[in-house]
Amino acid sequence: MAQDLVLEIAGLEKTFNPGRPNAVTAIAGLDLAVQPREFVSIIGPSGCGKSTLLRLVGGLIGPTAGDLSVNGRSAQEARLARDYGMVFQAAGLLDWRSAVRNVELPLELMGWSKSRRRARANEMLELVDLGGFAAHYPSELSGGMQQRVSIARALSFEPALLLMDEPFGALDEMTREYMQAELLKIWRETATTVIFVTHSIPEAVFLSSRVAVMSPRPARIAEEITIDLPERSPPVRDTEEFFRAVSLVRRTLRSVEGT
Amino acid sequence: MPTVPMSRREKARRSLVFGAFMVVLALLYTAYKAFGQAIDDTQRDWWLVGSFLPRSDDKNMPRVLDILAEFGEAPRAGGTTIGRLTLDGALFTLREAAVGFAAGTVIGLAIAVVLLQSRRAERGVLPYVIASQTVPLIAIAPIVVVWGRTNFGFLPWEWEDWMSVSLIATYLTFFPVAVNGLRGLQSPSPEATELMQSYAAGRRQVLRRLQLPASLPFLFPALRIAATASVVGAIVGEISAGVRGGLGRLILDFAGKYITGPERLYVAIIGACITGLVAVGIVALAERLVLTRRGQLAR
Repeated sequence: MAQDLVLEIAGLEKTFNPGRPNAVTAIAGLDLAVQPREFVSIIGPSGCGKSTLLRLVGGLIGPTAGDLSVNGRSAQEARLARDYGMVFQAAGLLDWRSAVRNVELPLELMGWSKSRRRARANEMLELVDLGGFAAHYPSELSGGMQQRVSIARALSFEPALLLMDEPFGALDEMTREYMQAELLKIWRETATTVIFVTHSIPEAVFLSSRVAVMSPRPARIAEEITIDLPERSPPVRDTEEFFRAVSLVRRTLRSVEGT
Repeated sequence: MPTVPMSRREKARRSLVFGAFMVVLALLYTAYKAFGQAIDDTQRDWWLVGSFLPRSDDKNMPRVLDILAEFGEAPRAGGTTIGRLTLDGALFTLREAAVGFAAGTVIGLAIAVVLLQSRRAERGVLPYVIASQTVPLIAIAPIVVVWGRTNFGFLPWEWEDWMSVSLIATYLTFFPVAVNGLRGLQSPSPEATELMQSYAAGRRQVLRRLQLPASLPFLFPALRIAATASVVGAIVGEISAGVRGGLGRLILDFAGKYITGPERLYVAIIGACITGLVAVGIVALAERLVLTRRGQLAR
């Protein structure tokens, strides 16, 4: 049933500078549907418009043509209704606010009372295992910790949809794998739907219930691969199923890039 | 980035360095004077000392101890001492400067917030803000004083001449605040701005929660410049407009008696320097308090 979809995209098109000599069609004829509680990764060649897609979904930019609805609303309405939590590659914490005050920011903008938002922010920091760092400023936190604060902030107001744009792209491999496991834990504990943009195949396979492979520009979803792993814990990375899924995604990506 | 506030020991060390610096300055001054006297620089056969560098006699370079003693001297027997006159003048001037500084900061920030709203406004107006600073202060100071006396009768309070001097200080102060303030307001990254958008934050919320706090590290250096500018502006304004009671008038009076008592002018100059230092010191203290509390002090 269409009403049950968190995200429904049909025939989406985005052209930058339309009608001008430097017009660029980034996305054309893109379809995608996401069910509640799904974890969907979007993967594709660099520069193919993954971030553009995410910003369209988030209502930060408007589409040129096509339909895009979030919980049955337009992206703009959904943004104004605060249906989204966003996490970017740069943690984007405000460096004059302590960790807990950063997590409070969206709640402050929504007019929550001080005691209520403080309680929630502390709860969220516990969730990302940063309970002891509430009073620390971003400059006193490592890159991985900053990104966890950023995730806590995005989840603080319980958005229906978590949009993540290469959130672990700037982290080293070890921190990255740790953060992936953390994210899965959080995803299970909160009833959030996640759309996760990445250019790392193992990351997409490990995290997602479904991987959407984008074509080069003008981008559309070329293939959707359902990932069926027995369990989502770090040891699964060394299993036959994991390797098979990774190489399937890799082959798909290669064939898409070839066309 | 360490965000530890200055320790008591660090403060003591800095005061000590400052004190030592002043002593060294006085010693160099005295050494130059002694050297000039020893070679009898009035003969002018030395190409440096006494020829284009100042002569070392007591008229041109009064002895350091004489200058210090002058603080306690009274022009009329039993009257107010020079030090006391200078202190009163400094407080008078500091008040003018502080009022001008406050008004200039408010006006400068208001201009920055207006220019922030559109690139077109910024491009159109900013050149005029810069051009405003080419107006010679000395020329307009008397105009401002006359203007204040004749045209500001409508105000609920009585307009006094020192307020006109404050107005001149305002004119010097708003400029660095507007220019640096604008840069600071524009400093948040595109990600930070998009983040605020994703929370459906309104323009005012973005200004209050993102742009204004982000502008503070840019604003404080401008405020320090503005603090000295407001003191200098107040002194020049007093001199040019003939306003009594402050350091400007004192400098003018003492300069007139320079031939008979040069020490007095030196006292007034030292007073003016200290006044400027106090103004900057207050701003620096505020900066330290605000930025340390916010973990923003990168030192």
